[in-house]
Amino acid sequence: MVRIDAVLVALAVASALGVVASQHQARRIHGEYERERVRAQALEVEWGQLQLEQSTWATHGRVEKLARDRLHMQLPPEGQVLVVEPQS
Amino acid sequence: MKKQRTVTFNHNPLLKRELPAWRPRIVMLALMGCSLALVGRALYLQGVNDDFLQAKGASRYARVLEVPATRGRITDRHGDILAVSTPVRAVWALPTDARLEPAQVRELARLLEMNVNELNGKLAAGRDFVYLKRQVPPEVAQAVADLRLPGIHQEKEYRRYYPGGEVMAHILGFTDLEDRGQEGIELAFDKRLSGRAGARRVIKDRRGQIVEDVEAIRPPRDGDDVALSIDGKIQYLAWSALREAMEEHKAKAAAAVVLDVRSGEVLALVNAPTFNPNNRANLTGAQLRNRVFTDAFEPGSVMKPFIAALALERGKVRLNTPIDTGNGRMTIGTATISDTKRHGVMTMAEVVQKSSNIGTVKMAQQLGSEEMWHLFDQLGFGTPLNLGFPGETSGRLRPAKSWRPIEQATMSYGHGISTSLIQMARAYLVFAREGELVPLSLTRVDAAPSSGRRVFSVETARQMRTVLAMAVGPGGTAIRAQVPGYTVAGKTGTAHKLEDGRYARKYISSFVGFAPASQPRIVVAVMVDEPSAGKHYGGLVAAPVFSRITEGTLRTLGVAPDMPLTPLQLARRGADEAVSEGSGQENM
Repeated sequence: MVRIDAVLVALAVASALGVVASQHQARRIHGEYERERVRAQALEVEWGQLQLEQSTWATHGRVEKLARDRLHMQLPPEGQVLVVEPQS
Repeated sequence: MKKQRTVTFNHNPLLKRELPAWRPRIVMLALMGCSLALVGRALYLQGVNDDFLQAKGASRYARVLEVPATRGRITDRHGDILAVSTPVRAVWALPTDARLEPAQVRELARLLEMNVNELNGKLAAGRDFVYLKRQVPPEVAQAVADLRLPGIHQEKEYRRYYPGGEVMAHILGFTDLEDRGQEGIELAFDKRLSGRAGARRVIKDRRGQIVEDVEAIRPPRDGDDVALSIDGKIQYLAWSALREAMEEHKAKAAAAVVLDVRSGEVLALVNAPTFNPNNRANLTGAQLRNRVFTDAFEPGSVMKPFIAALALERGKVRLNTPIDTGNGRMTIGTATISDTKRHGVMTMAEVVQKSSNIGTVKMAQQLGSEEMWHLFDQLGFGTPLNLGFPGETSGRLRPAKSWRPIEQATMSYGHGISTSLIQMARAYLVFAREGELVPLSLTRVDAAPSSGRRVFSVETARQMRTVLAMAVGPGGTAIRAQVPGYTVAGKTGTAHKLEDGRYARKYISSFVGFAPASQPRIVVAVMVDEPSAGKHYGGLVAAPVFSRITEGTLRTLGVAPDMPLTPLQLARRGADEAVSEGSGQENM
């Protein structure tokens, strides 16, 4: 009788400790999840900013200015365009 | 042993008297009643009225957090970003809590780029809550947060950026501080673009960290992205062409539209003067105005081809029917209609080519006013396009019954009727699309509309294309609309402006046309308001802009030239093309 009691008490204590441990672990993992979520959001924001930056650098006006001023490109005058027609 | 001994606790003889039997009973009952009341109350709190207490309890540890949703992006047809929201911060203060040292105020003012006095003024204001500065970039906000000033708080908000700047300003519109659409596409597609913030319930510990996710009350819904039909490159081309024209002709305003003939998509939509949507201080109404949609103007001669087409369709005239325009003056009732010069007898095609008012009126006189009204109505004049764009004008088209003969005459050459530029551009789709009209779209269309509403027969549309190509050819009014390598067709317009009900000596020059004339891909409409550098004819002011936009657009779209480029080329590639060059204009 006493032995069974002792076993049961031991089991109960073990189970209680298990609950505490798993609760703790759950909270720790959840904290980690929260941090990752925040990071994901921050990355999302950064992606948006990078897209914005990319499209700002790639503005047609800027591209044209660089092409003309720095690379000295120009539209070919009429006489220098050769149209290649597909062979049929 | 104990049983034998009677214990008396009561040595007081007074108490030896027997108590009346009812007294203990009363006490008993009272005690039982009290405990019953307690049990009842406990049951009530636990079982019946537990919601309130549960809520109170939950509020000690559970928090409802807002999960922000971002506004959708706007992209052009190739997916290039035209508008995007990124998070910024609003810095606000509780003036009663914000007791700052002068040095702290100076530091804060420096970070926020504000005047110290202005900042002090805001902090001294007798309000509970005051925004110090909104739309603060995240880095600055972080620096402010690092100061750890009492009573200074921050809040997340969004700011909309428009990398396209002034090129895209009118079509996109803008949003307010709360990221809600105010103008343009931002307003027209506000429902689709704006997201809905979600909420979730969490359990927080003493340090404010989330320890458990209880439930998602509602998931956040980010706004949908909207892909416009606009092509960024074509838009830029149109914008720069328009800007140059504005400078060259010292015009008050100008506008241009490029439409895709196959799908009815709006490829470019530009207005000048324009504004920078990223910095909207000191804006004027003239800058904000989206003339393409909101301004109805009397189109002038660009209206003529429709009348000619209707006369053709009804069999009243043929392309070579002679029309006598006399000495360039014609009287209807008390009014006189005149041409710029006397043309004498011309064919019907030449009437359109040389833009004779009298010739057009003579064609219109063979048509009934109901018939003409019906045509205008079918072409969409007098009805807003219903693209959802704010402030869209319907133009002005009076019911046919109220037309006087002189009004029917003037309407045939585009006076006494008004349309917006985009309505006019759309109407020209009937010539470019074999007589059919399709609805326009501001968003990218993946499946082209199979068929539209038929206005003219295929034959009429083809014939009118020849006529309109002549207007751009030798002897036409718009030689300067020609584009090297492509056949083009179109019509000029030069309309007097109405001011206080009278025609002033101010003009609106316009050109509406399409290219390549043999197999149209695009319709381009250009309008220049009050050119005041000497020239005002549509053929001199608007046609060159058309030419520039068309050339660039066709190249961007990769449309193969349908006309040999230069004699130099021809010499190298043989004589057979040389023959087709001569017939290029009429080669429909």
